[in-house]
Amino acid sequence: MPASRILQSLALLAALSQAAESQIRVPVTVDTLPNGLTLIIHEDHSVPVVTTNVWYHVGSGDEKVGRTGFAHLFEHLMFMGSENAPYPQFDRLLEAAGANNNGSTNTDRTNYYESGPASALPLMLWLEADRLGWMLETMDAPKVDLQRDVVKNERRQSYENQPYGLAFENLTKAIYPGGHPYSWSTIGSMADLSAASLEDVKEFFRTYYTPNNATIVVAGAVKADSVRRVARQMFGEIPRGPAIERPKPAAFTLRDTVIVLEDRVQLPRVYLAWHTVPEYSRDDAALDIAAYILSGARNSRLTQALVYDRPLATNANAFNSSKRLDGDFMVMATARPGVHLDTLQAVVDAEMRKLAAAPPTARELEQAKNAIEASFLNSLEFVSAKADRLNNYYYATGTPDYFQKDLDRYLAVTAADVQRVVRQYLLTNRVTLSVVPQGKTELAATRRIAQ
Amino acid sequence: MIRATRIAAAAAIVSGLALGAQAVDAQQAFDRSKAPALGPAPALVLPAVKTARLGSGAAVKVVEQRELPLVHITLQLAGGGRLDNDHPGLASFTALMIREGAGTRDANALQSEIAFLGATLSSNASWDNTSITLRVSKRNLEPALDLMADVVLRPSFKSADVERQRDLRLAGLLQAKDQPGAIANRAFETALFPKGHPYHNSLSGDSTSTAALDSASVRSFHTGAYRASRATFTVVGDISETEARTLLDRRFGSNAWRAMGAERTPAPVMATPVRNTERRVILVDKPAAAQSVVIIGTPGIERTTPDYAAIMVMNTILGGSFSSRLNSNLRETKGYTYGAGSGFQFRPLPGAWQASSQVRTNVTDSSLVEFFKEMNTLRDTPVGEDELARAKAYLALGVPGDFESTAQIAGELTSLAAFNLPLSYLAEYVAAVEKVTAADVQRVAQRLIPASNATIVVVGDLSQIRAGIEALNLGPITVIPVAELMK
Repeated sequence: MPASRILQSLALLAALSQAAESQIRVPVTVDTLPNGLTLIIHEDHSVPVVTTNVWYHVGSGDEKVGRTGFAHLFEHLMFMGSENAPYPQFDRLLEAAGANNNGSTNTDRTNYYESGPASALPLMLWLEADRLGWMLETMDAPKVDLQRDVVKNERRQSYENQPYGLAFENLTKAIYPGGHPYSWSTIGSMADLSAASLEDVKEFFRTYYTPNNATIVVAGAVKADSVRRVARQMFGEIPRGPAIERPKPAAFTLRDTVIVLEDRVQLPRVYLAWHTVPEYSRDDAALDIAAYILSGARNSRLTQALVYDRPLATNANAFNSSKRLDGDFMVMATARPGVHLDTLQAVVDAEMRKLAAAPPTARELEQAKNAIEASFLNSLEFVSAKADRLNNYYYATGTPDYFQKDLDRYLAVTAADVQRVVRQYLLTNRVTLSVVPQGKTELAATRRIAQ
Repeated sequence: MIRATRIAAAAAIVSGLALGAQAVDAQQAFDRSKAPALGPAPALVLPAVKTARLGSGAAVKVVEQRELPLVHITLQLAGGGRLDNDHPGLASFTALMIREGAGTRDANALQSEIAFLGATLSSNASWDNTSITLRVSKRNLEPALDLMADVVLRPSFKSADVERQRDLRLAGLLQAKDQPGAIANRAFETALFPKGHPYHNSLSGDSTSTAALDSASVRSFHTGAYRASRATFTVVGDISETEARTLLDRRFGSNAWRAMGAERTPAPVMATPVRNTERRVILVDKPAAAQSVVIIGTPGIERTTPDYAAIMVMNTILGGSFSSRLNSNLRETKGYTYGAGSGFQFRPLPGAWQASSQVRTNVTDSSLVEFFKEMNTLRDTPVGEDELARAKAYLALGVPGDFESTAQIAGELTSLAAFNLPLSYLAEYVAAVEKVTAADVQRVAQRLIPASNATIVVVGDLSQIRAGIEALNLGPITVIPVAELMK
């Protein structure tokens, strides 16, 4: 049975309606203003909404040791008002226009987005421009202190007060060597958040919040010519900033590590993590497919072996987490009452060895590709999702409309590729983290990979 | 990390429409010191809904939307958790079990074929409905519908499969004991809805009711509730009404679907929500918690109240948007929390109104003071025109944006249908929002936001927060152990 070629009928996204091999195309125009700001516009008139999506190419990976959490703290500060739109006008004006906004930070970038009626676009661009060009002077210590408190509360809510909430922070610290840009969490430590000063804020802004380090995508029911004109008006006079030096982490080999974390949980959970490859690099797509074959569906291998064939775990998940500079691959499983984590780990090991010894079946591979293809297409229903992808592709590949090429790299993965990446990356040294109930360290996984 | 928690409240209820798009031009003169004027708001154009009926009696609603070659089908069956009667969790468990093997396929084969078609098939039960949702490319619609028909009409319910899922549920219930938010919700719900009220039990049941699940109970629920007479298919996407009706009739049109066993009906409502005569405080100890979960609430109101628009505006101002009073105060002014909000549960039987937040342990008492301050201010003082206009615009102008995807359109149709409202109701709703006055807001606040009889739940480290809460003299305090709530 051939793969379902959903994409071939997706012509409406593009112009190639009669072509034999239709491609997903998200037509864009790309402009760079004299100050270095890149503007990407995608027209989609299906509903009268517009979204703006700004990427500043700075994330927690650009932080300094001792000042972790800064990129994300900064994201919060961008809503604290600027010269022409003093606090709290940013949120209020957008709400009064029927629009929503938010921002997010990861290891590689910080994004800001607004979505609402197409009539709100000039307002959205004006607000974004004002905080890029006219915010720094209005920043003061009380604003920093307030958002520092909010971020600490966010950390409490998502980390300290969340069952298993400290696992990922401990894992990344163990996978990446000290000083590696990905060795700390995006939210940062409480101590570093306390240490952030007003001067740190200003220096960070001057370095990274510049037009030449930003890309804006505007997508939706708008006319490109009009968007370009308004954007030039709003952003044109903001001066270019200094060139940016980005961290270049040294290559490293993960050491086999076994760690235990006590937490207020009922059921122990084991996390296994390997060092892999950056996003869009050669083996990235094959690792994503390996993750799907391990846990992407009800009939996937780890899910079967741990949750259904034998009652060992309540859940099992595998995911490939590739980022701009580096990547890691994780498997996690939560024990059912009375099951030791060593038992779960042994089953995971056995499944990994099986996938290393023999490639996945043709049907497994095809199911994975079809599922990936479908989720890919579903995201195209929303202009906001398209806008974020356009920014992502532009930063990662230099081509905003990389949709079809991105999909093609998944469709090109062979069973042998999957087998090979499992052998190459997922049988070697890893971090084993057990999260166990307080005082129950005897429940932790103990196995090391034989050297 | 993201900047803002989504404010859980009111805004979610409005929805979108497919409209005539209009690009908005910038004004010619540009003065940076002033926010650009907003262009004219896009007109509200609702998608056309065609209706039909299958041979079995099941209703069909179709919205043609040819943007992408996708079809989204939601089968809504009237009746959900309120049909649990003496078996809490049965409706939601049955909705899970229909996907664990059906027709000639076991669960693995079923899920594998669904994924193979690039489709998703989900099912779940709310208090009043059970929904089965299929999403698939147009070209794979037929084989995916075959699988959906097996799931809805011919689930296997094998004992071994039931037992496996039952044990997973038991483990999930155990894990819920770790979740401060889940604990707080349970404490609030059991306090507000007494025994004999349909919302007293958890929708997902407790460990006793879960342990008692077996193939016979699930099969009996399926027979009594998954019936053509209760079924409405909502079809949105790359398909015409005729085509949809034909494809559905072939699979769901048989008269045999009418002639199942006895119909399941909900137990009579034996109790009403608890309206306190004074404030009442419920504390749950969570030693070493870094934050306290706070819920303040009271019984809510029926969805069909003529005050619905005024209530939405009122709640948007109090806790239903990022710049709402609760979030502005507790997060943005005081720095006590990552987010605070409020909202009404609108169900066919009135649910609750509740305000909630997770606050830093050492400001738990101060947070309660701020919650009550905002609630009282809204009751005592009319809102200003700016704030009122902002809340109204936020609700009314947000409607078109909720109609972007096939899933959103189907979601709007099915959630309105739960209250017997047509899609055209949304135009009336927008008009009603625009008419809300400051006096309306104050009136509904005085009616619905509790002045002196709220139920207050706090889940946190009592060794650190109890004395501060006692000093507020809010009312009688009850301490409930986690084990008593999370059974």
